Amino acid sequence: MSDRSCLVVDDSRVVRKVARRILEEHGFAVEEAADGQQALDSCHQRMPDCILLDWNMPVMNGLEFLQALRKEYGPDNPTVLFCTTETEMSFIEQAIENGAQEFIMKPFNEEILLGKFAQVGLL
Amino acid sequence: MTPTTLETFAGLLRTRSGLVIGADKDYLLQSRLAPILKAHGLRDLDALAARLRAPASEKIADEIVEAMTTNETLFFRDGTPFAHLRTHALPRLHAARAPGVALRIWSAAASSGQEAYSIGITSLELAELRNRAIEIVGTDIAREPLARAREGLYSQFEMQRGVPMQMLVKYFRKDPAGWRIDQKLRAMVQFREWNLLGDLRPLGQFDIVFCRNVLIYFDQPTKTRVLAAIARQIAPDGVLYLGGAETVLGVSDRFVAVPGERGAYALATADTHTARAPALAR
Ligand SMILES: C[S@@+](CC[C@H](N)C(=O)[O-])C[C@H]1O[C@@H](n2cnc3c(N)ncnc32)[C@H](O)[C@@H]1O
Repeated sequence: MSDRSCLVVDDSRVVRKVARRILEEHGFAVEEAADGQQALDSCHQRMPDCILLDWNMPVMNGLEFLQALRKEYGPDNPTVLFCTTETEMSFIEQAIENGAQEFIMKPFNEEILLGKFAQVGLL
Repeated sequence: MTPTTLETFAGLLRTRSGLVIGADKDYLLQSRLAPILKAHGLRDLDALAARLRAPASEKIADEIVEAMTTNETLFFRDGTPFAHLRTHALPRLHAARAPGVALRIWSAAASSGQEAYSIGITSLELAELRNRAIEIVGTDIAREPLARAREGLYSQFEMQRGVPMQMLVKYFRKDPAGWRIDQKLRAMVQFREWNLLGDLRPLGQFDIVFCRNVLIYFDQPTKTRVLAAIARQIAPDGVLYLGGAETVLGVSDRFVAVPGERGAYALATADTHTARAPALAR
């Protein structure tokens, strides 16, 4: 009975697995990508309702992916939540400037993830 | 733990902070008071109770009362009161007050300050309040959380529970030890050690009162008494916010629920009093 979809983009398989478990329990259909390029390909095939996005990844990092996504599809959709160990203010400011809707600082847990999803109206 | 010990603690807590502990709560006493036993080199709770009944036990009594408080809180807790504050209470009360008069807001069980600062952020976000002085007072009986509130320094975990990204960049600075409240916001809020069971009059009158997630720990007569005391400190057109599990219904006739707004209450007027009086008399 999933009515929403989320693309989880992270080069760590463990992080993808944890996020998938939490999101599936809350009714999301989850797709995974291990870097920005894979994520872009996935979006070309089928656009998710939201994207949980790591920053540091090989091939194409999260910020480059976000810039490419917004350039191609406009500023608002899908909803993008960064989820990264980069917690300096400058990173959060760049995330905002480039059209991310929220910013999760790793490590995260279920409460934080769901709280942020609720904040942006996804739950 | 002997029944006398339980009675000693229950009596102390009920009279000092209003906290009600049932006979089934001895695990709670055990776990919360363990650090005090250790710090004072006491064997068990019976020994602590004996120490409490001995002379010069004032300091240790304070420690026990504080250790038994639940200080759990988060930024923008429950969301809706802050939405109501932004869209209704602040604009209405701002319009009703003469220019130059400060709006006074009370966070009556402030714990480590997240509620008081969330109120501050909400008012700073309202452009129409730009020229309105806002005075926020946070009070609590527990000293350690109050010291944290004054410090205004929060962990990454505390930040993530409720602070939206846009508010984070506007109202916090990154610090080696966490995230620090910005100076302007800090200056709007004053924190004071205060017992809700005590005399509230020196705190002055408030336009808006947040008294959330503290009445739940009190028995019915204490709730009634505290709500009556708060009613005396609130402006006639003011607003009271209670926590999600709290209500005035059957507890106090000084307040009436704001229709359609969960958790928001207004002072009962003379009208509502006379309208309700016959019903209550029956
Ligand atoms: C669960 S916290 C609520 C914090 C915040 N209002 C919220 O809703 O998130 C309850 C607070 O009430 C305080 N408290 C308990 N009894 C009190 C009393 N008699 N007077 C003042 N504060 C009290 C505790 O110290 C604790 O910090």
